[in-house]
Amino acid sequence: MATVKLKQVRKSFGNTEVVHGVDVSIDDAEFVVLVGPSGCGKSTLLRMIAGLEEITEGEIYIGDSLVNKIAPKERDIAMVFQNYALYPHMTVFENMAFSMKLAGCSKQEQRERVDEATRILGLGDYLERYPRQLSGGQRQRVAMGRAIVRKPQVFLFDEPLSNLDAKLRVQMRTEIRELHQRLKTTSVYVTHDQIEAMTMADKIVVMNKGNVEQVGSPLDLYDHPANQFVAGFIGSPAMNFLKGVLVTVSAGRAVKFATDRILPAPASAEPDGREVILGVRPEQLLINTLASGESPSTKPGSDEATARQSSVDFESGVEAKVVVIEPTGADTQILCKLAGNDVVVVTRERHTFRPGDLIRLNVQDGNTCLFDPMSGGRL
Amino acid sequence: MDNRNVLGALFMLPAAAILLTFLTYPLGLGVWLGFTDAKIGRGGEWIGFENYEWLWDDSVFRLSIFNTFLYTVVASIVKFALGLWLALLLNRHLPFKSFLRAIVLLPFIVPTVLSAIAFWWIYDAQFSVLSWTLMKLGLIDEYINFLGEPNLARASTITANVWRGVPFVAICLLAGLQTISPALYEAAAIDGATPWQKFRNITLPMLSPIIAVVMTFSVLFTFTDFQLIWVLTRGGPINATHLMATLSFQRAIPGGALGEGAAIAISMIPFLLAAILFSYFGLQRRKWQQGGSDK
Amino acid sequence: MATQASETEQREGMHFLESVPRRWVTVYIPLILFLFFLLFPFYWMGLTAFKPNAELLATDGNPFWVMAPTLDHFKKLFVDTSYPTWLWNTIIVSVAATFVSLATSVFAAYAIERLRFKGAHQLGVAIFLAYLVPPSILFIPLATMVFQLGMFDSRLALIFTYPTFLIPFCTWLLMGYFRSIPFELEECAIIDGATRWQILTRIVLPLAIPGLISAGIFAFTLSWNEFIYALTFVSASENKTVPVGVITELVEGDVYHWGSLMAGALVGSLPVAIMYSFFVEYYVAGMTGAVKE
Repeated sequence: MATVKLKQVRKSFGNTEVVHGVDVSIDDAEFVVLVGPSGCGKSTLLRMIAGLEEITEGEIYIGDSLVNKIAPKERDIAMVFQNYALYPHMTVFENMAFSMKLAGCSKQEQRERVDEATRILGLGDYLERYPRQLSGGQRQRVAMGRAIVRKPQVFLFDEPLSNLDAKLRVQMRTEIRELHQRLKTTSVYVTHDQIEAMTMADKIVVMNKGNVEQVGSPLDLYDHPANQFVAGFIGSPAMNFLKGVLVTVSAGRAVKFATDRILPAPASAEPDGREVILGVRPEQLLINTLASGESPSTKPGSDEATARQSSVDFESGVEAKVVVIEPTGADTQILCKLAGNDVVVVTRERHTFRPGDLIRLNVQDGNTCLFDPMSGGRL
Repeated sequence: MDNRNVLGALFMLPAAAILLTFLTYPLGLGVWLGFTDAKIGRGGEWIGFENYEWLWDDSVFRLSIFNTFLYTVVASIVKFALGLWLALLLNRHLPFKSFLRAIVLLPFIVPTVLSAIAFWWIYDAQFSVLSWTLMKLGLIDEYINFLGEPNLARASTITANVWRGVPFVAICLLAGLQTISPALYEAAAIDGATPWQKFRNITLPMLSPIIAVVMTFSVLFTFTDFQLIWVLTRGGPINATHLMATLSFQRAIPGGALGEGAAIAISMIPFLLAAILFSYFGLQRRKWQQGGSDK
Repeated sequence: MATQASETEQREGMHFLESVPRRWVTVYIPLILFLFFLLFPFYWMGLTAFKPNAELLATDGNPFWVMAPTLDHFKKLFVDTSYPTWLWNTIIVSVAATFVSLATSVFAAYAIERLRFKGAHQLGVAIFLAYLVPPSILFIPLATMVFQLGMFDSRLALIFTYPTFLIPFCTWLLMGYFRSIPFELEECAIIDGATRWQILTRIVLPLAIPGLISAGIFAFTLSWNEFIYALTFVSASENKTVPVGVITELVEGDVYHWGSLMAGALVGSLPVAIMYSFFVEYYVAGMTGAVKE
């Protein structure tokens, strides 16, 4: 069984600890993505699994073996590097056959295994070329071919797509996913791109500053983030965070902002008056077209408007001022100012708003979140 | 652009003037002198290949050719081996790396003649510290005549030359080693390579262009070496350490036979050309370095 | 270009897999041996310069240390011989030759690398080949020329002949440096209306200062180190350079004044060593830069 277990793994460079007690469990044939911002320790963690860095404290198991002091070649792993690390003075064939040549395999065997990998990756025409003569995407495939040929227990990927242009990245994402479905090898994949994580992973491990923030399936993380960091990291455009105070109104819990605007909040055990951060995803903000043509004479902050809001079930929504409109074709992103906060709204409908227009926004029933302003934890 | 060509010619003028006058012309003059019987004090007359014929029959001259080859080949091989080893050592994760690199270069920086004097003293037949140490360790009975016995003298001069040349080779190869991405070694480690396999399959092939350049220079300078031999042995004992350069000097200046000295010097040229051409082919950009764009 | 996120994380490497004893055997001990081999002659040189003659010639006692250090040898060197004059000569010749070579090389390198006139590339190769012509081949014809030009036995002979091996090297080095200066900077200046001269002096030269320093240091060191021309073209004692003087005049018949010889060698090496210690990076850059081209 090709499982990978990390138990309380720590890493220090000199006196600085960069990975603080990480526990992760990776099942057989699972595709796990380690994701996080630059410098969060994800690459260091991957390199510790590979045996390229010393494990300062803790234990790493590959299969049933404790691998802390075992050399990379004994761990039965293969790695795809960010800069491909192809041997420049060897042909594509020689690159892929190198591990077999070192092990003393026959030419026949080398040929067979390389052919197999070549067929899967479509590299047939390039076998006699040198890395320098290949494009980025081709080099990436050769790097993967080199890993496939090893037939390892675990594949390790260190940000393999970050040097490719956007279009190629999307294409390669799908190819890697297909490869995994075909080969069913346990894989650990490191990236800073949350879209790669969401689209490719069976399980995502979100890391920040050397700590694991949350582990779960993509949709799990999306719908139920454990804290503000995960909520803001996963999903694009990012979740909107609005600072306010919990109140209770006739229709339920709500969050009141500095300008006395209120938005509905999920049910919570927290008391009124508690300072909170409301997390609302851009697609959860609905543009209230009924009210959007309202006369400007309704000034914000007037008793009438506030009274109307607090007594009804939020139908009329909250007023927001349009700042920038970004149509991407498939949807429209609108940056607004709502109760003093910058807020992004995403909608599939086309609108003819102009910067400076006033619109009204509702919150969709569903998974909005409340976070503690101090700790960032979910309430 | 006319302007550019004129300006270019103008900028090149000083350098071209100096080089043409004091390099190209003397080169031709030297060739001509080799065909004359010029002596110090009086001009020479054309004698054709007489000098060369006479030299060919001269056992000392033939010995000097042998010595030069022996000296160059042995010293270059040792310099390469030790230089590469030192470069590999310095490439590791070490404390005070830049300080180490700096002091390692000292033998190359210091004027050759002056460090040769130190070796002169170390090799002295009566007061050598090496002999003293070996005597004290009980390994020898009497002081070694480093520079007085032909084969010992050859070994001693080669050692001094190696001492001087290893830093140059080491530092240049170190620069080459530092251009090899560590990720390649990591990939090789994962592929299952032992340290020796890493060296043979990654380090050596990727270093070979730089090795070609460095060794070309090294061979060149060793072949035409003058200072070290002149200071240590003046070519003796019994011409055992005479190189072509030192023989040329001896015949021409103290000996006064300019034509003959020039002929000896000029006969170095074919060998030099062979060495340069040999390395030129080593310098050719390999197929794996050509073609393609990045990313 | 996408961000290289993982590169902000530190790396240490696989050294943890190597046992410490093994590291001592394969790395530290060989390194120590190398250092000893390379540095012992200097130690010996320095030690001997300060050892009184009695200790020098004794066969008992510990030769690796000096009991009663003395400055006698230095005194003898500076008072009884023409060493100060030789020192002065060497400085003058080295500085002058360096200056001449740098000045001509800058123009030549700029012309080849930037002006790209017809035949520039071939000239570049020719200059490189010029560096390969060793002084031990040229010294005889040059001797006759020097004599005919009336420069024999003067410092001028050296100042004129040293550039023959300094210019090719400096030009080659400076070509590399000029090549690394983005051409767009000059194009910008051309659009702004600058003349070639202004471009050279205001933009290119200031940016090439590291290259100039490297080339200058190398030229100075090579001049200081030169021997065969100095030996051939100069005969009077007051015109000699340090290498020549020390070899020819500090040995009287069969008597080797080892103490003064070492003192002379030590003092003669100091200027170059001191300059080197201040500019190590430039020196190494110059050496490896020339080899990499």
